[in-house]
Formats: sequence, C-alpha cells, structure tokens
Amino acid sequence: IRMSTSLANIGTRSYHTDKLMHIIDGSVDKNSVEFKENMTRMNESIEQLNKNIDKIKLGGGPKLNERHVSRGKMLARQRIDSLIDPGSPFLEFSQLAGFNMYGEDVPAGGIITGIGRVEGQECIIVANDSTVKGGTYFPITVKKHLRAQEIAQENNLPCIYLVDSGGANLPRQADVFPDRDHFGRIFFNQANMSAKRIPQIAVVMGSCTAGGAYVPAMADESVIVKSTGTIFLGGPPLVKAATGEVVTAEELGGADLHCRTSGVTDHYARNDQEALAITRRIVSNLNRKKQPSVVIKPVEEPLFPASELSGIVPSDLRKTFDVRKVISRIVDGSRFDEFKELYGTTLVTGFAHIHGMPVGIIANNGILFSESAVKGAHFIELCNQRGIPLLFLQNITGFMVGKSYEARGIAKDGAKMVMAVATARVPKITVIIGGSFGAGNYGMCGRSYSPRFMYMWPNARISVMGGEQAASVLAQIQKDNMAKEGKQWAPEEEAAFKKPISDKYEVEGSPYYSSARCWDDGVINPVDTRQVVALSLSACLNQPINPPSDGFGVFRM
Amino acid sequence: SVVVDASKVVTPINKVLIANRGEIACRVMRTAKKRGVKTVAVYSEADRNSMHVAMADEAYLIGPAAAKDSYLRSDKILEVAKRTGAQAIHPGYGFLSENAGFADLCEKEGIIFIGPPSSAILAMGSKSASKDIMIRANVPTIPGYHGEDQEFETLRSEAEKIGYPVLIKAVMGGGGKGMRIVERPEDLEDGINSSKRESKASFGDDRVLVEKYLVHPRHVEIQVFADRHGNCVHLFERDCSVQRRHQKIIEEAPAPHLSEELRKKMGDAAVAAAKAVGYVGAGTVEFILSQDGSFYFMEMNTRLQVEHPITEMITKQDLVEWQLKVAESQPLPLGQNQLAIHGHAFEARIYAENPDSDFMPGTGKLLHLSTPEPSSTLRVETGVRQGDEVSVYYDPMIAKLVVWDTNREKALRYLRNALDEYHIVGLNTNISFLKRLSSHPAFQKGEVETGFIPIHRESLMAPQKAMSNDTLCLAVLSMILSENALNKSLNGVNGGVILSPWSASNAFRVNNVAERVIKFNVKDQKIQVPVTYNKDNSYTMTMPNGEKLTVSGSHLDAADQTLLKAYVADRFYPSVRAVKAKNSLFVFNDSQSYELELPIEVTSKGGDAASGSLLSPMPGKITKIMVAVGDKVKKGQPIILMEAMKMEHTIRAPQDGKVESLPFNVNEIVEDKKVLATIV
Repeated sequence: IRMSTSLANIGTRSYHTDKLMHIIDGSVDKNSVEFKENMTRMNESIEQLNKNIDKIKLGGGPKLNERHVSRGKMLARQRIDSLIDPGSPFLEFSQLAGFNMYGEDVPAGGIITGIGRVEGQECIIVANDSTVKGGTYFPITVKKHLRAQEIAQENNLPCIYLVDSGGANLPRQADVFPDRDHFGRIFFNQANMSAKRIPQIAVVMGSCTAGGAYVPAMADESVIVKSTGTIFLGGPPLVKAATGEVVTAEELGGADLHCRTSGVTDHYARNDQEALAITRRIVSNLNRKKQPSVVIKPVEEPLFPASELSGIVPSDLRKTFDVRKVISRIVDGSRFDEFKELYGTTLVTGFAHIHGMPVGIIANNGILFSESAVKGAHFIELCNQRGIPLLFLQNITGFMVGKSYEARGIAKDGAKMVMAVATARVPKITVIIGGSFGAGNYGMCGRSYSPRFMYMWPNARISVMGGEQAASVLAQIQKDNMAKEGKQWAPEEEAAFKKPISDKYEVEGSPYYSSARCWDDGVINPVDTRQVVALSLSACLNQPINPPSDGFGVFRM
Repeated sequence: SVVVDASKVVTPINKVLIANRGEIACRVMRTAKKRGVKTVAVYSEADRNSMHVAMADEAYLIGPAAAKDSYLRSDKILEVAKRTGAQAIHPGYGFLSENAGFADLCEKEGIIFIGPPSSAILAMGSKSASKDIMIRANVPTIPGYHGEDQEFETLRSEAEKIGYPVLIKAVMGGGGKGMRIVERPEDLEDGINSSKRESKASFGDDRVLVEKYLVHPRHVEIQVFADRHGNCVHLFERDCSVQRRHQKIIEEAPAPHLSEELRKKMGDAAVAAAKAVGYVGAGTVEFILSQDGSFYFMEMNTRLQVEHPITEMITKQDLVEWQLKVAESQPLPLGQNQLAIHGHAFEARIYAENPDSDFMPGTGKLLHLSTPEPSSTLRVETGVRQGDEVSVYYDPMIAKLVVWDTNREKALRYLRNALDEYHIVGLNTNISFLKRLSSHPAFQKGEVETGFIPIHRESLMAPQKAMSNDTLCLAVLSMILSENALNKSLNGVNGGVILSPWSASNAFRVNNVAERVIKFNVKDQKIQVPVTYNKDNSYTMTMPNGEKLTVSGSHLDAADQTLLKAYVADRFYPSVRAVKAKNSLFVFNDSQSYELELPIEVTSKGGDAASGSLLSPMPGKITKIMVAVGDKVKKGQPIILMEAMKMEHTIRAPQDGKVESLPFNVNEIVEDKKVLATIV
C-alpha cells in the first residue's frame, strides 16, 4: 500500500517499525463520475430518511402535542432529554417502527426506545408517546417495547419505563394480547430481568391502565407524577359500569393514593421534571459498575472522512467496491490488522478498534465462496476464543451457485460459517451497508442470528433474493411448466408475469419496510456509522464477555 | 569620656512579630522573609485559617475575634514576643500602630517597636497639640480654633473669625468620625452638637475644634522617613483626594498637576514637621491643598500608611525594609538627593462593600477570587485567598491593586485593564465602581479633589449596562462546558470506562439533533435560551430577541473550569471568566460582572401533603386543637396535638394558608389516615 506523506506522519499508537503496517489506504477519487453519482444517489436517500424522521419526531403532531403540554406534561422526547445526562448521546432505536404499516400514522410505533446515559450509567429507556393514539400498544408497539427489553437483557442494562399509555389498542387486541411475544411478555421480562439483577424502574407520567398497571407494579422502584399519573386495573368508566361507584381517576389511582395508601409507587413527584430528577437519583443509587472485559486503547479518529462513505457505496448493488474504503472510515486511526488477506478475498476479515474498543470485522467484498466462508468461520472462532466483539458489515448477494461449487461442498462450508456465527458467544453487531440476500444474510449475522444490535443504511436492501432474480426464477419455473404442456410464452406475457413479483420485492426489500417491522434496530445515516457502532459496542460491554473456558480449540478450516 | 547613645548602636533584628493581620501583615512578612528575618504572627480565633497565619514562621492565638480581645491586647502580644524571642514588633497600621502606651510598653520590655518614639505619637495624636507644634515649626496650618473653651459662644465667635464654611472636628478624632461641615452660621449649633455626640461615642471625649473649610481642596500627603541619627527625608507625595465616607479609595503618586516648586515646598514642610516632634521611622504628613496652591498641615500619621506601595513604586524603594533598618538603628539607606520620582503609580482599594447603597461595607465568603497576574509593575496586596471570609470583625478591604507605568496616562490605562481581570464572586465589591472611577473623564484629566465622588456621583453611579446577547451566549456556553466536563468525570466514576463514547458530550441523536432550553433568572426576569447541539460541536443559541447565534468554545485549562475561550458568531473571546457559585452563574464580560441565577425547578423531598389536608398518622386521641377555622397559619405551625401509642404527635401546617376545616373535637378518637384539618 502506497501512503501519502501526510499519512506517514500520523501514528501515535505504535513503535516506529509498526507505524504504517496496519493503516489501510482509504483514499478515493472524489472527482470520478462514479463517486459523484454515488454521492448524489446516497444523499437523496439520506434526505428522504431525514424527511421521514423529521415528521416522525413530531409524534402525534402539533395539535396533540400542544394539548399534551397544556396539561403540564412534557413530550416523550423532552422527557428523555431531561432524564439523561445533559449533552450525552441518546441511541434511539427503530424510529421507523410502524411506518406505512397500518393505513394510519403511528409515528415511531407510539413508543420511543433507546439507550441513554443517566448519572453515568447506560440505561434502556422506554417512553410511551401518548400523543400517538393515546400511547396505546399497536402490535408494533409491543414488538418495539419487547425488543428494547431484549437489548436490556442481553447487555445487562437497567430499564427505565416512562409510562404514559392507554394500554393495549383494543381494536387490535388479537395481535397484541394473546401470543407469547405480546403484551404480557413485557411483565414477564420485567420479572425475569429483575431476577437477574437488572434494575427495573417505572415512572408513571400518565395513565397506566389495566395491564399497563403492571409496569409500575412490577418495577423494582417506581415514581408517580401528581395529577397526571394514574394507575388502576379498571378506570373510572369501567368501575362505574361494574359496580356503580363514581370515582375520579385521581382518587382511584393518583399519586397520593399510591404513595400514601396503596404503596404501589415509591416516589411522589409534583411534575414531570421532578419525576425525572427523582429517577436520576434512583439510578445514582443502583450501585452498578461497568467492568469491560476487553482491553481498551486510546481513541483515534479515522484518517479518512466519513462524509465520503456516500460516494463509495454504489447505488447499484450489483456493482462491486472495496469494502476496506468503508472500514478505513469507521475504525480508529484507519488501522486494520487484516487476517488471511490473500485467501478467500471476497470476505475481508481483521482486527481493529472502534473508539478504543477492540472489534473483529467481517465485511463482504463480493459473493461468498467456499474459501471465504471457511475464512469467516475461522475468524469468528478466533474472536470467540479471544473475547473480541464482532462487527459484520453486510453487503451480500449470497453464496456462489453452480455445479462445481456444489460439488466442492459450498453448502457445508457455508454451514461452517453459519454455525460459527450462530454459536459465537461474543457480542455481535451487524450493519447492512448494501444488499442482504439469501443465505448470505445468515452467514453475515442477520436478524435470526441475534446480533446485539443491527442497523441498516438507507441504500440497503433485504430479501431472500433480489427482485429481478426472484422474478426470473419464478418465470423460469412457469416457463418450464408451460413447456411440458407444449405451450409457448410470449415475451410480453413473461414481462407482465415478472413485473408484480419484482415490484413486490422492491417494496418489501426496502429498509423502510424492514425497519417499520423492527427487523432491524434502525436506519442510520452512513456518516453516523462509527458513532452508532461505538455506542452499541460500549453498551454491549455492560455484559461481561465470557469466552468458552474449554471445549475445542480453533479449527483451521 | 564618650557617652554612647544605646539607641544609635546597630542591633540586627533576626525575628520580628507582626502585631497585625490581613494584607499588611503579609506585606511586612514578605520583606522580612526577603531579609532573612524570622516572622511571628498573632491571630484571633476568626483568623485561625487566614493567609497571614499560613505565611508566618510561627503563629500564636491571642484571643477571640473582636479586636479589643485580640489584636488590641498589648499584654498578650508582648507575651508572645517574649516567648518567641522576637526582638521587634511591627504594628502595621490600625490596631496598636499609633498607641503610645504600647510603644512605651515595648520599650520597657526591651522590644523594639517599629515606629516612632511614643512622644512623637502622643504629640501628633492630638489635633490641637500637633497644630501648635506645627505653628512653632513654621509649617502652615489651617486657620482655626483649637482652644479648650468649648462654650458655644466661643466656638461661634471663632467660626465667625475663621469665616464660613467651617469644619467641626473631634479633637481626638480620626477616620472622619465627628466631622461636620457647616456652611451657614445658623447651622453651627446643630453641627457642633452632633459632632460632640459622635466623638463622645467614638472616643469618649467630646471636645471639638473649628477650622476653615476649603472648597475643592485636595488631599496630598508626604511620605517622610527619619532615622535615629538625625537624618530625615521625604519620599515625595501621594494624592489621596478621591474618598468616599471620608476614606481613601484610589491613590496616586506623584500628585497630578503639582509643580516641582510646590512639591519641594511641601516636602520641606513635611520634613520640618517630622523633625519638630523628633520623629523616627516611617510617617506621613497630610496636607490639605487648595486650588490656589496654598497648603495646610492636617495631621501626621505616625505609621506606615495603607497606600505606601505607590511611593515604593515611584521611588523604587522598599519602605518596610527602610523601617527594619531604621529599627536596627541603621542610618537611612538614601539621602534626599539620592531620591527621585520614576513614573507614576496608582493604588485602588478593593473593598467588600456596596457602592449602590452608599458604600455599605459587606461581608461574606470569597467563593471565587482571581486577580491579574502580579509582576514588577503590578502588585496585589492582599491578606485573603479564595474561600476566605470577609468578616464583620475587621476592615472590609479585600486587597490593594497597585500598578506602575512610565506616566500617568499609561498607568491609569494599566489600572483599568487590571481591574477588568479582577474577579470576585461571593460578596459585593466596589470593583465596578473603581472601573467607572478610573475611566471617568475628570479623573483621567487629574481633576481630583476630596469632593470628587459627591460631585460626580451621577456619572459614577451609572446603572449596569444591560446584558448583551454575547454575554448571554457565554453564560450558556459555560454551563454546557461544565456539564461536558462532568460527563467525562462521571463516566470514570460510574462506568469505569474513561474513554467510553457514552462520555462524549456531543448530544448525539440518531437522525436528529438535540435541542434543549437553558434557563436563567436575571434580576427577576426569566430568560430562556433554546440551544441546538450542532454536529460540529458548536451550539446554536436563540436569544430572547430572536437572534440566532452560533457559539463554540472550550475551557482554557481543564483544571480551571472558570475560564473559557469562545467564538460567538464572528467574534472571538480569548479569555472569559464565568464562575458558578451559590446558585448563580457570574460572567465577567464587557468590564462588568453579570449574575445569572440558576432556577431550581426541582425541590421535592418526597412530595408535599395531600393538597392541604392533614392526615392522622395513626389511630389516636385528639388532645389539643391549637387553631380555629378561618385562622391564618404559617408553614410548620402546630395545628393539632394527638396522643397515640403513648406518644404525643404534633400535627403541623404543611404550608402557609387558612384553616378551612377541623372535623374533629378534643378528646375524640380518630382512625389513621383521617383528614384532621384542611388548610388552603
């Protein structure tokens, strides 16, 4: 690798002889037609993303927000901003949840979730947005809530629930109430996390009706806001219907009742601000310490600007690019100790640091062959042995197909990689930076392989195969069937047959479709990749990494 | 036979006791240390942790805070001197410095009193006696009546003779006490009576004297020095005309617009005055100088003056060193011909006081104190440090700021700039006033006179400039920067990962920017500044008038969070002081200090009572009801006494209000959680 002299002078972390060894050349030709075209297309995608999020972050819209605020309540996002340490990051998940899903707007799925730092402690925050459908739980609300709890559980993060919800969305009760991963699972999770000594804190800042009452009731410690916060199994209308008793919400389940008489809540706050201040005090008394089990080094910024990422990744997923150009813009000092650089070159593997934390990076640089698959499996074994978290940069059309490849056993080589991914005990983080198709998705730690965090770039696509391919495969089968019957297929007919298929794939493969359904944890701006991955990785370190203590050694594959 | 005058034999002083506190004690110790002389400090209970105690080689407690029980206890001080083997006592100024009895006691104990002989103190201590001596020595004195006859008729006819306006003064007076100006004959009787009352109260003596009162006079004093060998020189003059409450506030040397001829005349007169009383050591002869160049003896201060540093600056001499040498019976270091004036010096006295309410002295803790950097041309003479208290027991002077430059104009500019760098938080000071004073056109022209402050009161008391948007931005930035520093440190404590990305203060948001509102109260006005955290670590702040400003910056030094540099739009602020103290933020900008109160929105400690109702804590009997329906009650006031579980419980009002209901009667048994009273 040829280095410019300016790069040669940088190197604060190595002995002289090692200085340039592992700095990767991320330079790109910014004046090329391709770069500019990529940049234009990606920036359009980012702009579209920002436009959608700008709308989503308004919650129920100006009118409902105003009514909410006029009752002395803070908006969900304001509550979070006041809860976390001022100026500290908030890693919000799945902003697009519920996007174009229900024929009615459910911005952010009516619930804001994410990781925020409270009194120095990273916490999962789950905040109902009662300006969205009264904070009721749509199916996607439940899914997003449960996903946040899953993140808490996997990463050993205290949970803070800012409750302001009307409970299950009654018209959709069948998709919200009865199944395993439905509403009841929230409380099941609370109980089991508490059992694992993961603190559960509830702040009642609005209604907690019926099942919702169990959020504060099952919390380790709870706060309630006077006048606006209420907890009851049955609200005043239900009580009147059932027993004829006429009672106000405040009398039935207000702060005074629950702090003085019932003991359902522990702390009495006169307003939202005060409730959040009390919550911060609660967190400061948790007596927890993050003890990372990895060696952390001083942080270095990458040598190449993240803003150029947009020009590197082609808008046409069939075009290839060197994924090292992406890596050089994400990792500390653009340093990357590549593993098996010359073998199985369609998969790039190696060690790097992000914000001082070690990661093993597995990135696609073309289609997966047997060699690349076993190289990936080998590298995952290494990281698992050493307790190094894994970062998957996914851009995969799939495994190679064809007679000779099948004959050489690509299925079992692919299986080795999938096996390694599935059983690795180190934290895994996946970012889909291009395509995610077929079994490649499995080998590269798709959602089914439980990465601790998973994000998508706005240009990404996800489906079992490409729309074009799927249409061609189905068309081929159809053609074969027709041929058996001795029928001919006119090209126009074939095109008409293929169009709806590729159209459907086009829609369903979009990151919006994916993120709306919480198939990932959010669509992020490529520029923020380093930041988002660093925050995620750091959050992972709240859970000690326990490498296998015995068993097999590393298999050379 | 040759008689050797013991007082003329050089006796080296190896250890000196400083019978004083504060800046002057520190000042004396500095020179003593320079000369290798060991220092002994004495201190009162209030001064246990003060700077002069810390500076001394040895220090001894001599009594309670009140000066009469400590710094005025000559017996205790002498005891310490004997115990420690100090050969000399430096009295500083104030306290025992002009106490002839103390000087005598020292002599009796064989300890050198660093000051004049008691006879000189006594001679100059009485206004009327000193005046007689001066008249005999041909030192001009102000026309006046200094007789023993205190009958009103006598005083009236003398006043007539002198000519109005006249000044009534206490014979034993000083520091402006008992002083009255009478402009018209009909006001004389009132003036005399009130002067007598005040001097009786202050000095136990109600004798007064009557003098000519000069219009637009200046206070010009001459520093003199005499040794035991008959030498006496003057070290030129100081102009101390600018005074408030008859106390000096800003002094300069040499005096502006003073001719060489007049300087020499005044100097000679001062030397004559000192010689007339057999003076030894440092002394100051105060003259009143009228606009026509005539001058009159006022009094002689038989000690080192507060404002001595400006003389040191223009003569390049160390007057404390001179004092020590003279006390050792050495001859004066220099003769008159060897002394010359170099450049110009100013001294500004920084007081804990409130210029807006007639310079009322203040007290309090110096929560933050930062001064301009001392150098060979800038001195900060002080006896307090950050964290120290300015107490009610002693002088509220915090420090003397002394500057020197080659001419008056430059020195004055230097003074103004140095005052801008003097930052005090915790109590009211006169710093802003000193800045206005030193920038006043008349003062810049050297048009000084004793009435300067009353005459220019209006322009000197100019109200504070309104806070600029830039200042507000700096305030917000300083809040954010201190939070950011905390974010970093908190992570070390709680997270254990010093470099965690979670300890960043970039307010990162996914596909979003962080916005918040920072609130201040400025003089009852609520100010809200919406702030956007930009991706490039700058902040966009929206001002109350709608102006949006982009601000960025950092602490100049990570260890000192009070000093920051900042960019506000296209303006760079290289060094801004912003101090968080008590519940406020103090920002020093535009030559002013601004206080921005930080509102406390969260005060709850577990919530208040159920909307004004008082609940019984447990089942029990009402034993007493202390209020009636309709009574107004204060928060915490007892309302009802209850007896339960053999214990008496007092039920108190949870807030101020009116008793609306009292549902139970005395001796009635109540269940728990019943409303005993409603207060609204």
